[in-house]
Amino acid sequence: MALIRDIAQICKSKNAGPFNITIDVLFEDHALYHRVKATGVLSAPLFARLYGVSVMDVLFTPYDTAAAFKATFPRRIPAGDFGDTDVYGAQQHAPLLDIDIPLD
Amino acid sequence: MQEYRMLSTSGILGYGYAEDSLKIGMSWEPHVIGCDGGSTDPGPYYLGAGKSFTSRLSVKRDLRLMLLAAMAARIPCIIGTSGGAGGEPHLRDTAALVREIAREERLSFKMALIHAEQPKRDLLSWIEKGLTKPLSRMKPLEAAMVHNAERIVGMMGPEPFMKALDEGAQVILAGRSSDPAQWAAPAIRAGMAPAPSWYAGKMLECGAEPTVPKEPDCIFLRVRDDHVICEPPNPIRRSTPLAVANFALHENSSPIHHVEPGGLLDTSACNFIPVSDRAVKIDGMTWTPADQYTIKLEGVEKAGYRAIAICGTRDPVLIGQIDSYLETHRTKVAAKAQSFGVPPEDYSLNVHCYGRDGVMGGWEPERAITSHELGFVIEVLGKTQDIANAVLAMARTSMLHADFPGRLCKEGNMAFPFSPSDIEMGAMYRFSVFHTVAVDDPCAMFPIEYEKV
Repeated sequence: MALIRDIAQICKSKNAGPFNITIDVLFEDHALYHRVKATGVLSAPLFARLYGVSVMDVLFTPYDTAAAFKATFPRRIPAGDFGDTDVYGAQQHAPLLDIDIPLD
Repeated sequence: MQEYRMLSTSGILGYGYAEDSLKIGMSWEPHVIGCDGGSTDPGPYYLGAGKSFTSRLSVKRDLRLMLLAAMAARIPCIIGTSGGAGGEPHLRDTAALVREIAREERLSFKMALIHAEQPKRDLLSWIEKGLTKPLSRMKPLEAAMVHNAERIVGMMGPEPFMKALDEGAQVILAGRSSDPAQWAAPAIRAGMAPAPSWYAGKMLECGAEPTVPKEPDCIFLRVRDDHVICEPPNPIRRSTPLAVANFALHENSSPIHHVEPGGLLDTSACNFIPVSDRAVKIDGMTWTPADQYTIKLEGVEKAGYRAIAICGTRDPVLIGQIDSYLETHRTKVAAKAQSFGVPPEDYSLNVHCYGRDGVMGGWEPERAITSHELGFVIEVLGKTQDIANAVLAMARTSMLHADFPGRLCKEGNMAFPFSPSDIEMGAMYRFSVFHTVAVDDPCAMFPIEYEKV
């Protein structure tokens, strides 16, 4: 078992326009990336569960050549609107850091 | 042409860069120098208020060095999304700054100003003709949304930049523009293929982002037939496959499909290959022209006026019951505001609670508070500034004095770091237009004005 925070090189969140948040996880080691990908843990349903959004609203893309996973989904509140807590969307990645990947 | 070279000084004009990086970059003989000036990223305020999120002093410093370098090398200097949001006031202020620098440095050149703010009558006619479409989860564009908007800009593609270069402009200041467009334009115009030209634009738009260590600084791109080479001039930085791949994901919904005005950049088959310990070659990108050219529209409307106050508690008795305390606080503020004539529909109250869910709000999965202190930002949005100020003053005093079970601190419940404690924030805006419009001529929405500086 391995936590994302212990095995990934980059895990970050950012706005993708004012209405979406996008979360990226990158690996320096392509072999490790493929092992993580094979477990299927990183997926649209995972992000839907972590952030309370519908699976249909999660655009999940593994990007093999960059050894990266990307998930984009609607913001809870549009950037800068009343009640928003993170205009740049730069601190919404934390729940992912504790996801446990069942690596042998 | 075998190779087209471009130097971007920074991620945003005014974020700063090392002067030595610029010198080294210029010694590599770029064909064009430039910098992106803005983004929607800092939120809706700047487009609405007509202000920049970077300071005049820092922008002037960044711009002065760039203009001097461009004139000495006789290459064009291009600024995209001038003044942060790329509306009329933003473009006007940046142009004034360029004229000021030119006077001080005795520089003379032909300048192009490319306007991006859209007249409301044009928007209304596009709606009537059925040319607009919503993006994200916006509802279809309606006349009322246009009338309510404070300011609406169109996001130009590369064509207006090419036109300005054709006319011999040496300095180009653009209003709102797609971040890579200012780079794709001169490269494609010089005969390079669209795919590597657009990809180079993607790398250049944020300065030294595709490098380590990451900090605002210059980046240098070489566009060749079927690939680009990305390398930072500053010797303390390196472009690595991880840094470049990381940046390829930046601010996009999809890592592989990048929708641009006029087409789609597909990066699914890209390879990131180190060519030295500080330069990366990227190939495999493709460009597919769109059947219909579309321009993105961005607009904001005024949501009201805001006032805030900051305070914190170190009281364990209060921290143990913070949820019920904040609920009681909300009820008390409502009753007191009503008593001085402000009904609930005239304002919104939000108390950001740092130490609990201040960063993630409703997305926070961690419910237990483990901190010995909590910080608060009390936020009031009112129909008028007077209403916002009045409700905030009541909310502030209620935070300080509202009672709670087991209370031992009989003087006050909060520590306020500042006097005055209440901060007037002025108008608050929200994104209200995020649509596309189909166009026949990519330049028609973006009139160009030329002047001899």
